[in-house]
Amino acid sequence: MTLIATESLTKTYGGRVTALSDLTVSVDPGIVGLVGANGAGKSTLIKILLGLLAPTSGRARVLDLDPTVDAAAVRARVGYMPEHESLSPDLSAAEFVTHLGRMSGLPRTAARERASEALRHVGLYEERYRQIGGYSTGMKQRVKLAQALVHDPDLLLLDEPTNGLDPAGRDAMLALIHRIGNEFGISVVVCSHLLGEVERICDSLIAIDGGRLLRSDNISAMTTVTDVLAVEVSEGTDLLAARLDLLGLSVRRDGRLLLVPLEDDATYDRILAAVAELDLPLHRLDQRRHRVAELFATREVTHV
Amino acid sequence: MSDAAGVIHDIGYQRYVGPRLGRGYVFKSLYVHGLRTAFGLGRSAKAKIFPWFVLGVVFLTGVILAAVKAQVPDAGVTYTAFVDMMAWLVVFFVAVVAPELVSRDLRAGVLPLYFSRPLRRSDYAYAKLVALATAVWLLLGGPQLVMFLVAAFSADTMKQFWTEVGDVGQGMLYAVLWAAVFAGIGLLVASLTGKRAFAAGGIVAVFLMTTPIVGVVSVMPSQTAQDLALLFSPASLVFGVGVWLFGSPDGNDSIGPFGPLYLAVTIGIVAGCVALLQARYRKVASS
Repeated sequence: MTLIATESLTKTYGGRVTALSDLTVSVDPGIVGLVGANGAGKSTLIKILLGLLAPTSGRARVLDLDPTVDAAAVRARVGYMPEHESLSPDLSAAEFVTHLGRMSGLPRTAARERASEALRHVGLYEERYRQIGGYSTGMKQRVKLAQALVHDPDLLLLDEPTNGLDPAGRDAMLALIHRIGNEFGISVVVCSHLLGEVERICDSLIAIDGGRLLRSDNISAMTTVTDVLAVEVSEGTDLLAARLDLLGLSVRRDGRLLLVPLEDDATYDRILAAVAELDLPLHRLDQRRHRVAELFATREVTHV
Repeated sequence: MSDAAGVIHDIGYQRYVGPRLGRGYVFKSLYVHGLRTAFGLGRSAKAKIFPWFVLGVVFLTGVILAAVKAQVPDAGVTYTAFVDMMAWLVVFFVAVVAPELVSRDLRAGVLPLYFSRPLRRSDYAYAKLVALATAVWLLLGGPQLVMFLVAAFSADTMKQFWTEVGDVGQGMLYAVLWAAVFAGIGLLVASLTGKRAFAAGGIVAVFLMTTPIVGVVSVMPSQTAQDLALLFSPASLVFGVGVWLFGSPDGNDSIGPFGPLYLAVTIGIVAGCVALLQARYRKVASS
């Protein structure tokens, strides 16, 4: 099954502002990163997928349904976490999520049970009877995620889920999304303007810029051949580069770092031997996965 | 954040296999939620103060009127007169409750969460409208029921009893008219702003500011102008319909032959409010 498929999807506002332009993309179930700078058209795409906006031209399919025709059917199976503040401050998280569960058609008792479950899964079990108005930003983001999960959707659309979170909260949120995608069996589309963030948890990536598709592929396809070793020596970088070159390794310089493609485990030994022979002070030697950002032609997309 | 980052309990996720109910259930749930919100149920103690105060006043008045009616049958206490008496209290009730129902959702940005679910936008507006109208109707109709029960149990003959039934029926119908007009106007004004204070002020203004117009027109020399004066304010408009249908409470109010016009304008205002409310929710930002 294809999770999301679009065909020449175009959306213009008032005939002048183009939010999406001829976007054709198709993604399989899993965790999908949707990356692009602010204003690249991410939110517009999500709203079209939810059937909240009608595309100017082109077609979209979500879970094999057409959101322009079957909006209600799509929305019944999709959970949406908006980017902006969207919680009633005067209700407790438990009441709020229960109410929205009912709005998705869950019977009374089921809504209450699933609201508790959803809040437990996002790590808000103890605090769920407190008023949302008193929550921290991180907790509010979790409530937003819980309300998207309450009706057990087949697909989650998360718009900038890490917005406003500190680094620890960011990591926790990403770990949670990773868990939802892998253990809960729910496909997730994560919107972000931070590529470095989503590439850690995604199975595939869609990058858009100015409403156009930059690239769409599996993360593995993008990164299989790109594992590199980063070598840093306190002095004699040039010397080492020359020596490694001599050994037949294709060395690339990146500031004070030397980047060497990791062909097999022997590469480590050869580098270490070279450093030892030259008697250079080794600062670090580690494997790094190539930043997906480097694979995109247009670097401005990201702020990694 | 550090505490919220907390523990993620490692109990497996379970898929939901139970029923997913349709449009009718969702509408009913939103309606009941709205009605509960109107009376502060399921909300903080602070939110209960005003609605319960109003409830107390209308029921107390109802009980007193019932007692007066039982003791002095000729005192001119009628069901419709009770509704007229409570009109201004109801205006303030609507001014407080309508913003609670819709402005709050606008302000908090909750609408995208509603509209990303199967719930239709039009259903959202209708459910809120019917909830507010029901709340107003309960305020005006509930005490009438008390008055009716007292009168019915003290009735001497079956004939008296049936007269009472007819009268309370009129009163309830009159309450429906009030509820429709007040809820329609109140909710429409409240749906225009996310600031509850503005919404409340706007609603009171619509009812207050139009009252002087009625006063001015009603002292004009032309009899026709005087007969049409009550048209110019929502509250007096409904009162005018009451005069046409049930007679003037003190015999001093005249609407001439324009009764049907009053009813038509009333229906037109309610229909207009509903149409504008629907238009508003078709446009309102979903993100």
